[in-house]
Amino acid sequence: MNELAFIVILLGALFTISALLVWVERRLLGHWQERYGPNRVGPGGILQSAADAIKLLAKEDWTPPFADKPVFILAPAVVLSAVLLSFAVVPFTPSLVVADLNIGLLFVFALSSLSAYSVVLAGWASNSKYALIGGLRGSAQMFSYEVFMGLSVMGVVMLAGSFRLRDIVEAQQDLWFCIPQLIGAGIFFIAALAETHRLPFDIPEAEAELVAGYHTEYSGMKFGMFFLGEYLGIVLMSSLIVILFFGGWQGPWLPPLVWFWLKTTVIITVFFLIRATLPRPRFDQLITFGWTVMLPATLLNLLVTAAVILTNRDVP
Amino acid sequence: MTHDLPIIDELRLKFGTDYAQIEETRDGVPTISTDKASVLPLLRFLKQDAAQPYPMLFDMTAIDERNRRDRSMEASNEFTAVYQLFSFDRNQDLRIKVPLALDDLALPTVTSIWPSANWYEREVWDMFGIRFNGHPYLRRLLLPKSWDGHPLRKDHPARATEMEPFELTEEDEQTEQELLKFSPEEWGMQRSQDHLEYMFLNLGPAHTGTHGILRLVVQLAGEQIVDIVPDIGFHHRAAEKMGERQTWHTYIPYTDRIDYLGGVMNELPYLLAVERLAGIRVPVRAQVIRVMLAELFRIASHLVWYGTFAQDVGQLSPVFYMFTDRERVFRIIEAITGGRMHPGWFRIGGVAHDLPEGWDHLVREFLEYLPPRLNEYDTLVLGNQIFQARTKGVGCYTTQEAIDWGITGPGLRATGFSWDFRKTQPYSGYEQFDFEVPTAVNGDCYDRGLVRVEEMRQSLRIIGQCLEHMPEGPTKADHPLATPPDKARTLQDIETLIQHFLTVSWGPRIPAGEVMAKVEATKGCNAYYLISDGAPWPYRVRIRTPSFPHIQMVPSISKGHVLSDLLAILGSVDFVLADVDR
Repeated sequence: MNELAFIVILLGALFTISALLVWVERRLLGHWQERYGPNRVGPGGILQSAADAIKLLAKEDWTPPFADKPVFILAPAVVLSAVLLSFAVVPFTPSLVVADLNIGLLFVFALSSLSAYSVVLAGWASNSKYALIGGLRGSAQMFSYEVFMGLSVMGVVMLAGSFRLRDIVEAQQDLWFCIPQLIGAGIFFIAALAETHRLPFDIPEAEAELVAGYHTEYSGMKFGMFFLGEYLGIVLMSSLIVILFFGGWQGPWLPPLVWFWLKTTVIITVFFLIRATLPRPRFDQLITFGWTVMLPATLLNLLVTAAVILTNRDVP
Repeated sequence: MTHDLPIIDELRLKFGTDYAQIEETRDGVPTISTDKASVLPLLRFLKQDAAQPYPMLFDMTAIDERNRRDRSMEASNEFTAVYQLFSFDRNQDLRIKVPLALDDLALPTVTSIWPSANWYEREVWDMFGIRFNGHPYLRRLLLPKSWDGHPLRKDHPARATEMEPFELTEEDEQTEQELLKFSPEEWGMQRSQDHLEYMFLNLGPAHTGTHGILRLVVQLAGEQIVDIVPDIGFHHRAAEKMGERQTWHTYIPYTDRIDYLGGVMNELPYLLAVERLAGIRVPVRAQVIRVMLAELFRIASHLVWYGTFAQDVGQLSPVFYMFTDRERVFRIIEAITGGRMHPGWFRIGGVAHDLPEGWDHLVREFLEYLPPRLNEYDTLVLGNQIFQARTKGVGCYTTQEAIDWGITGPGLRATGFSWDFRKTQPYSGYEQFDFEVPTAVNGDCYDRGLVRVEEMRQSLRIIGQCLEHMPEGPTKADHPLATPPDKARTLQDIETLIQHFLTVSWGPRIPAGEVMAKVEATKGCNAYYLISDGAPWPYRVRIRTPSFPHIQMVPSISKGHVLSDLLAILGSVDFVLADVDR
């Protein structure tokens, strides 16, 4: 019963946070771009996302007649549920975790691969050319990024000796993994950007070219689910970065949960800042970059980490 | 005067003494009238074999001569086709006219000599109904397929009130929809080849990346571009036809809206042409004010280009910075003219008012404000590695190709060819300003960007010189045709009052003649070719805009690139759809 209450609170918190994030991002972007951003609804515009949600919910739930209806409806649900399920294994504090799986990290990766399907399915089911190109780009991006995303955190797993996220945080008692695993952290961050389809990796959406890419044909709350999925994805990826490389909830004076959210917020802001700054590479450049730069760098990082661990073990 | 030009002698030597007639025009452009049979060899000679050739088909149009009142008695042709050529070696225009009879409106196509003739000939067919034998796709360009008649003919109504009330029935709507459907076969394209099925992607007319209502049908193999068919005309407002019913004075605001980012820059070539016809000398102060405002608009237009170009390659923020800067430009424009994007502020013989008090502070403030911002953008946009990866080596063309396609302005200079009409054929006193003509080397998207950014700095230099050396004196010519006329003495002198009344209510009667004036506008060379038959309105207004040939070239430089590159190319070409369609 207690656990159920926690899940409900967690879900509520996640939705609220991602709605707030949309507003925070828009205000921050506005600030960086010498304009105001949404500042009308509620104090400082904080209720803007609520207004947007009402609008999306109240809109006609339209499915284009040429679309493949079941898949078209399924696609946004896949991304949202995959992201939400991933949060089950995220330890916010030593005790605040829904399911403390011993394969937590693998579970997250499995689900994030699943969410890549929603892009492909949405692109395919829309039966529209722009959406199709977006979906194809999404799958090409997934192929090149899933590979080194998983490999980039293997260094962390080796150092911590566990896939359990709580163990990984506890292993960083003395030293955050972002120091010994600096390359791993950098690579994982880039992969996280690609995973969440954020600029500069928003190639499946590429609004200048593909209108809105894979979700061109979506409107109303089905579009809202993609949108929500994207922002929940940012929260998830930022939480993972904090857990894997920045010591999770650990920190002096403040309670663990506060530390966790502070760190996550900083990472999220970096996500936003990157979106405000960088242009978008061409998708073939991105794939080339993935396979020829990122993958070798990851493997090298893995080899060096393994070698260091082995050497230290040999000399007791 | 034009009889003694070396090209005339060369042509006499080659084609014999009576190959054609030489016409006198007010602008001093050598004008040769020739017949249908010899037009093709003549043009081919001029482009390929002449000692200093005329490699660019600068413009091409036609004139419906039937209502013209100033014609000589012996002229019997109903239509005239006009080719405007340009020679960079000679720094000279050449006009070739071909008289045509109504019962035989046909000419051989010159698409084999200039690829750019393709759209020009289609436009002439569309507007005048002159056929071009051998043209690959002679069909309407600006008007819808269902259009009845050829609107620039004098017997075609100019106003909606002269026509039946417009009605769009559901049936008509269906027909129009059907007509807009793209059929690859119609354009000689294949739907598939060697087990590869092409995708035909309809980009526009409402699309985020096309900067206006431009429709491109892209033939794709995967994401690779095989071919593109541009469909233009969605922004066509019959600007040339309107010129034939507006007075010389009331047409000025229409010109602002041709290249709607260029503002007063559009008024300049029109007024230069009118003033040349009328023989008005514009006072120095008015000239310098015109230059200053034109350069401010060049900066405003380039800022919009800069921001949207960055956005086309996926950068979110620059466009906001640049629109903020542009707002600063508009603050100055507003203080001086009262308007913002389309002030309609230049007048025949000068400008509307003198500069307001305190204008110099505003301009000085801006001159200090912009340079550090431009430097910041260099690191943010041009210096960004992803940006460079997206734009370098994309959409390249050589100087030769640029000239063949009629490219002018930054697009031409990016290929390494230093040609700026402000330097080579100075107007409005540009010869007195000290500025450089920036060029680049490769002619790719990045270089086109580089040239424009540098141009903004040069414009700032010119504005700085206007600020430091603004001459004193009147801002409108003391000439009977200057409009609106001076009002000061109207209440003392009945003749002045009558003159004032007529010029204000009817508009000035500009003396008969033909004239062309060009300026280095924001996007390239903008030219107005005006014909007056002595009426208070033009007999024919031809607007040669830079965006038209630039868009025509896009398919040829996009082939083989991927879809994302097309957007970078479109961004780097910098066009305004109103400027394409007029």
